[in-house]
Amino acid sequence: MTAASTLVTWTTILTVAGTAIAGDVLTAKAMRNIGDLDIIRAKSGLSGAIKAVVGSTTFLLGVLCMALSFFSLLFTLSNVDVSLAAPASASLTFIGNAVAAKLFLHENVDRRRWLAALFVCAGVALLAK
Amino acid sequence: MKHTLTPQRYLILLCVMLTASVGDTLLSHGMSQVGPVSIHHLGLLFVALKNPWVISGILLLLGFFASYLTALSWADLTFVLPSTAFGYVVVALLSRFWLHETISFYRWLGIILIVCGVGFVANGPSLTEKAQPAEAAQ
Repeated sequence: MTAASTLVTWTTILTVAGTAIAGDVLTAKAMRNIGDLDIIRAKSGLSGAIKAVVGSTTFLLGVLCMALSFFSLLFTLSNVDVSLAAPASASLTFIGNAVAAKLFLHENVDRRRWLAALFVCAGVALLAK
Repeated sequence: MKHTLTPQRYLILLCVMLTASVGDTLLSHGMSQVGPVSIHHLGLLFVALKNPWVISGILLLLGFFASYLTALSWADLTFVLPSTAFGYVVVALLSRFWLHETISFYRWLGIILIVCGVGFVANGPSLTEKAQPAEAAQ
């Protein structure tokens, strides 16, 4: 593998992971702002809950990022072996989400959650072997 | 206050775990029946939408998204995400015991690591304490 193709491989994998992380964080942020869906559904019914979710700009941005992640994964899979692309992007997404959740969602990512992210990341990488 | 989950909410997390993995498996099975789709024969995608396995897969993935969003409305992202990873374990176990595929030593090790990772967060609080409660939507 040449240096140029290695650069392309990892740029596409990082794009998949980056857009997936942005999608997850934006969606989580939107759901936190909207509030407990169980309570909303009890008050306004299923249609009220759907309206609350679909009416959130943050949620729509999150879905857009998820769609971008999906299409960049398709692009990556057309250039990179699935045995590298799938576990590498999934593992990076797990670690990146832990960092992004701490930075942007101010979640309490304690030792237990870091360990969980690392274990899941390593586990996903091993599943591809 | 420690945020623990009610049995109903654990059920939602179980839906998150199962619907994604089983949905992907059903889609994969359906698409293997439809055959390869090339850029010149995109019409085949509409044929795929008539396949019962593909339809079931799409319905399950819609169920996954609904339960994932519900879980995110009362739990942290770093609590919910490891649960979604448990789906990989479900797929591996389905392939071993239903499709009788061989699982290598590395895959068993991966399964054990993911189970441990999910176990770490499952015992902890589901939501980070905030000074001010989140504002509900209109």
